[in-house]
This record gives sequence, structure tokens and C-alpha cells, in this order.
Amino acid sequence: MQLETPSRSVVPRVAAAAWFAVALVVLAIGFRQAIFLVPTEATMGNVQRIFYYHLPHAILGMVFPYVNCAASLAFLYWRRRDPWKALGADALAVASAEVTVIFVTIGLLTGSLWAKPAWGIWWAWDARTTTYLILWMLYVSYLIARKFSGGNDEGHTLAAVISVFAAIDVPISFMAIRWWRTQHPAPVFGGDGSLDASFYPAVWWNIAGWALWGFLVLGLRYSLERRRQRIQEEAALEAIEASLEITQ
Amino acid sequence: MNYLRQVTRHLLKDLQLEWRSRDAINGMLFFSLLVVVVFSIAFDPTGNPTTTRQISGGILWIALLFASVTTLNQSWAREVRNSVLDAQRMVPAPPSALFLGKALANLAFVTVVELVIAPLFVIFFNVHALGNGWMLTAIMPLGTWALVVNGTFFAALGLRAKNRELLLPLLLFPISVPAILSMVNATTDVLTGDVDPIQPYFWIKLLAAYDIIFTTVCLLLFETILHAE
Repeated sequence: MQLETPSRSVVPRVAAAAWFAVALVVLAIGFRQAIFLVPTEATMGNVQRIFYYHLPHAILGMVFPYVNCAASLAFLYWRRRDPWKALGADALAVASAEVTVIFVTIGLLTGSLWAKPAWGIWWAWDARTTTYLILWMLYVSYLIARKFSGGNDEGHTLAAVISVFAAIDVPISFMAIRWWRTQHPAPVFGGDGSLDASFYPAVWWNIAGWALWGFLVLGLRYSLERRRQRIQEEAALEAIEASLEITQ
Repeated sequence: MNYLRQVTRHLLKDLQLEWRSRDAINGMLFFSLLVVVVFSIAFDPTGNPTTTRQISGGILWIALLFASVTTLNQSWAREVRNSVLDAQRMVPAPPSALFLGKALANLAFVTVVELVIAPLFVIFFNVHALGNGWMLTAIMPLGTWALVVNGTFFAALGLRAKNRELLLPLLLFPISVPAILSMVNATTDVLTGDVDPIQPYFWIKLLAAYDIIFTTVCLLLFETILHAE
């Protein structure tokens, strides 16, 4: 197997540091907008400000599963054709699954904190909450299955298959649960529960900030996994070379 | 035609193996009976007939879900003994025929369990359908297939994993949520009969769509997991 030489270039590090700095600045602006500048919501008061954290996490929690699904499909495609690229896709898949779980967890927790004052209960089995819980369960079971099936190529294949199943299951769950019951406010943009334009700055700055943050964490986790894979491959190559020396 | 013959061959082999031991069916029967009895102890079915009617659809499906999980792992364990699965990998027949044969065999086993457990259920919980009872003839096979097709697939997927007995429900339950929702709601609608009679049709259609989608996915991906290493 042909391995790329580990890059000693400082460019990725500088880029990551710059990205981190930009993310922090945008998050700071978002915080200022959400907590101090945007007008207080009429019926719910200051409690509604958690929405500026709930919405970005909920939206991004729906974006990272697509990354996971695309990476898993790429893994299945490259599995026999280009093993080293396939491992890269697998690293992206595991990174995006972990980031999905984190974002959906935060989305569920902030939603629950908001539901208590808004609806009077911590947890309503309404359509969107339930769908998010299913989404969370699917990706937690994906990560558990990865752990159970070992870190070898076989485990990666099984994980990719599970990821495809999860990606297909989410829209079906969404439809089924939507029919089952609905209590969640209508979609914020372009729906009945539309948001007044004065709230937009806080919403957009926070979506941008948490997206920058999420993709930074995704990239860091990816490069960590990639580094682990490289060490593993080098160790395997050394073991093969050592065994060849003994037989000679 | 050739494919159909291969599927039938796999199906007949599994049915014959089961007929010799009858382990899976007997185990599932007793297990689902136990679940039904435990539920009737957990609450009083004769004292609350309305509640019983509302929740008995759910209890029936939970009993069947748990019972099928206990046996689905075993259906592949049979292939692992004496390295039969390695032989299956080398067979020129398409791997999906092996999968389809086994899923159909599991469907047959769970259906037998349903045919025995349903009358017992009627007696223990004192329920009879207030809605269109004939609809159950569509709901039961569709719901069973939804559990069995994914269950057979994930049992095969978990064959070489650690803790495979635990892995199957961990994967099967979240994936099956839309199917469970559909089958339980459709059954409850039929049993209580207090909703608009159109309602169960929606759930039956959703269940059928779920079956078609996941059967296709399982057939397409089975080769990948059979040759995973």
C-alpha cells in the first residue's frame, strides 16, 4: 500500500488556528446579538433567547448526518478500489457521526430547557422532538456498533452499511411521526410561525458561528482519526517487514 | 426463474432444519406467552377493559418484537457452525438469495407464533376487534415482515461482532421505529374502532412502503456484509 508522506507543512495548522479565531469572533457577535441587542420576544420574554442556541444546533444536527451518509457511500465505493482513500472516507464518517451526536444532544437539551417554560413540560412527544430523539438513537447505535465490530476493515464496512440504513430511516421516521402527532411550532422560515425580521441578526450570526465551530471540530476529529490510521498502517507495514526478515 | 429456485432451496433448507429441532418456534412461543402474561400481571386487564383495548395492540407487537429478536440471532448461528457460512460465500449463487430464503423462513416461524399467540391473546386480554377485523390480515404479515427483514439483516451484520446478542436490538429497534409506530397504531385503530375507518389505511400504506424500501436496501447491501472482510 502506498502511503502519503505525513505533511509537515504549517499551512493546515495556521488555517485551523485562523478558522478557530474567526469562529470565536462570530460566536461572540452572535452572543452579543442574542443576549443584548435583539428585542425581547413578546409572549415568552427572555426565556425565548435560548432559541438562538437551540435552532443552530438543531439545524446543524440535520446537516452532519448527510456528511456521514456521503462519506459512508464513498467508503463503500472505494473499499475495493482504493483502500487508503476508503480509510479517509471512513475517518470522515466517524468524525461526522460523533459531531452529529454532540449537536443533536445539545439541540435536545436546549429544546427541553425551552419546553419547560414554554409548554410547561420537559418533554412533549411532539413530531419534531421525537424525530430528533430517533436521529440521536440511530447515530448512537452507529457508534456503538462501530465499537463492537472492532477497528478493522470489516468493522468499517458494517458501520458504513448501518449509516446507509440510518440515512434512509430518518425521512421515513419524520413522516410517520409527523402523522402521529404534532405540537412543535411551525417551521420558522417560510412557515406559519414566521420570525419577525428584527430577530434575524441573532439567528444568522449564531447559525454561522455554530456552523464554523461544528466544521472545525469535524476537521480536527477527522485529522486525528487520519493520524491514528497512518500510525496503524505504518505499524502493520513494519510488522510485515519484520516477518519477512525472519524468514530469510 | 433460476433466482427463484435458489431462494426456494434456501427457504426449504431452513424450514427443514427448523422442523427437525423446532427450537426457534418453541422458544419464541413460550417467550411471547411469558411477555403476555407478565403484562397482564403488570396491570389488570379485566378491571380496565377500555385501557386494555387501547394498549393491547402495543403489547402484542412488543411481545412479537422481543420474541423474534431472541430467535433471529440463532437463525445465523446455525450457518456459522461447521463453517457453513464460509461455504455459502464461495457458492456461485447470488448472496441475496441466501438472505431472502432465510428472511422468508423467519417470517414463516414468526407467523406460526402469531397464529398460536393471537387466540391466547384474545382470551387473556378479553379483546375483540371493534373496527374492521379483516384488516389485521394485512397488518400482521406486513408488520412481521418489517421486523423480520431488517432483523435477519442486522443479525447477519452482527455475526462477527463482539456482544452480538446485544448488538441486534441496539440496531433493530431504532431503525424499526417507523414500522413499530405504523403497526401498533394500525392494530390499535382496528381494535378500538373509535377512529375514522380511513385512518388504518394510512398506516398500512406506510408499513407497505417501509417494507418495500428496506427489503430493497437489504437485498442490495447483503452481498457487502457477507463479504465484509
